[in-house]
Amino acid sequence: MTAKTTASGIAYDVQGDRPDVERRDAALQAFVRDFAATAAIHMESCLRCGMCATACQYYVTTADPKYTPINKLKPFEQAYHRHVGPFAPVYRFLGLSANVGIDMLQEWEALLFDACSLCGRCTLACPMGIDIAELIKEARHGMYMAGLVPDRLELMDRTAKAWGSPATPADDFADIIREAGEANHVPVNVDLPKADYVITTAPAELTEHTKALTDIAKILNKMGLNWTYSSEGFEASNIGYINGDLELQEKMTRKMIDNALAIGAHTLILPECGHAYGAARWEAARWYGKEIPLRIIHMTEFLGESVASGKIKLKPIGETATFHDPCQLARRGGVTEAPRAVLKALGLELTELQDHGALGWCCGGGGGVVSNVRADPLRFKAFELKKQQVEATNTQHFVTACGQCRITLTLGAKKFKWDRKVESLLELVADNLED
Amino acid sequence: MDLLAFARGPALTFALAVFVLGSLWRLIGILALPPWRDLSPAREGAPPDWLAALQGIFGKMIPHKTFLKGGMFAIVNGYVFHIGLAICVFAFAPHILFLKSLFGLSWPGLPNGLVFAVGALTAGSLLAALAYRLTSPVLKLISRGDDYVSWLLTFLPVITGLAAASHIGARYETLLALHVLSICAFLIWFPFGKLMHAVLFVFSRGATGIRFRHRGAQL
Repeated sequence: MTAKTTASGIAYDVQGDRPDVERRDAALQAFVRDFAATAAIHMESCLRCGMCATACQYYVTTADPKYTPINKLKPFEQAYHRHVGPFAPVYRFLGLSANVGIDMLQEWEALLFDACSLCGRCTLACPMGIDIAELIKEARHGMYMAGLVPDRLELMDRTAKAWGSPATPADDFADIIREAGEANHVPVNVDLPKADYVITTAPAELTEHTKALTDIAKILNKMGLNWTYSSEGFEASNIGYINGDLELQEKMTRKMIDNALAIGAHTLILPECGHAYGAARWEAARWYGKEIPLRIIHMTEFLGESVASGKIKLKPIGETATFHDPCQLARRGGVTEAPRAVLKALGLELTELQDHGALGWCCGGGGGVVSNVRADPLRFKAFELKKQQVEATNTQHFVTACGQCRITLTLGAKKFKWDRKVESLLELVADNLED
Repeated sequence: MDLLAFARGPALTFALAVFVLGSLWRLIGILALPPWRDLSPAREGAPPDWLAALQGIFGKMIPHKTFLKGGMFAIVNGYVFHIGLAICVFAFAPHILFLKSLFGLSWPGLPNGLVFAVGALTAGSLLAALAYRLTSPVLKLISRGDDYVSWLLTFLPVITGLAAASHIGARYETLLALHVLSICAFLIWFPFGKLMHAVLFVFSRGATGIRFRHRGAQL
């Protein structure tokens, strides 16, 4: 791994020591190889109207046009037209689309990884409905194959391959769960051979938010459900999904789901993590080639259902709150009502952010941006948007349902000495269960 | 063969052939790629794909309020010249007669004076769009040659049409020939550049409509 700088002064990281041409070809082949009709339609449809810029937090907070979402795809758009599009032979014959150079890919690394959180707000702004976030994911796959990924993300990738999680070795998982149980005085189930519900985790719970591990245990125990954590398949955040490492994405997906099926579970509960929802709820079946005989739901959906069905009763807090919608959950996952229903059940009077639900601003740290320390300055710029909107609500609680959002927002608050605690919906529920 | 006969005859025939065959080639080239099959279980209450596609196609006609702040000009001006072009093409009596000669269908037109006024407004709107493209830092960065060629080939039929309708600048027959030739150029370029969005929007919006509504997500 080496940190370098392009001729134009842009920092990039590079992995391995392959020749540049080999890297370039690997990136472009990976990008064009799996091209599906929907991606092609979207590659063909851009009007260059610039509307996507108005939706992107990184453009809006910096006014730097290079952060225009569609611009982040430029090398891959060029490669598409040269190698895949219906007129590709004509483009090549007439020399209308130059082959993408390694220098261009190096320069674009920061735009694809530092300046995109895969939040997909641009998709909602695009008059042609181009799903830019999905195309960025495809482009990240190309970058991963070229060994042009931020070192920090590549480190997490290697760690996940070795440990089964970017946060902790699988061998230590059961101990972490038991220690959390003892520390918080909550009975926990781990590695039970059979259970109806399998609970999964994201790195945030295994590092900064360990109370979440026992919060869900407390709720499940209260409901009298047959559940377990499992060392064989606990990691749901799926760094492969974020990095464009499709091989790892498939491996982690299969590991988690095969394990849940082996335990005989009918429901797999995903942690408070947005990308876990994208990777498991919407993409897992892609790797199986068929529907998976297992219900995969996000923690927030589980809480929403449990409250709605009356299986858990909550003590009313009786204060005011605002809610940050995690992008992968709300905008790209369609879960906007469940968290609001839970907040209501908690007796919290909700004041919505100016932009909320599907149209809310990203925390700024999604898509691996929060883990990519090189992106810190840009991430803090994006945070200012959220900070302004939260302050305008003048509420007592600032709640979200994603551990990565929570970490990003907490880091932002610390940076700006902003005296707001970012609270977890799960934690609020667990702390206010009626006896 | 005079210029008008050439324009109406071989030029238009050739242009229509390129337009039809080129558009089909491009569409087939895209749609023949393997589909991305979404095997995840749909959100409860999600509409069937055909309805989700329609929701995408029509829902995207109205931008979200939150995007108006930064994109008001592009949105409003876009509406003005698209509606203006539609009126000029489909509501001008001579165009209706021409289309009837091609397809055998006709419909009532609008008064010529009104269409002329709309044409002038459309030309102004297109000029404003060009000025915006040339001055906006975002658009300057992302624009390609296609954007300027497509703009020119949209503007020329409007401006030559206005000249022909008002008999300004040359003999009517010459102006009409130039108008028809400009339309030929438009048709020839259509399959190769972004003018094709007039067709692609159905597929682009529809695909996202299906993906998002499957998840129960807002478009």
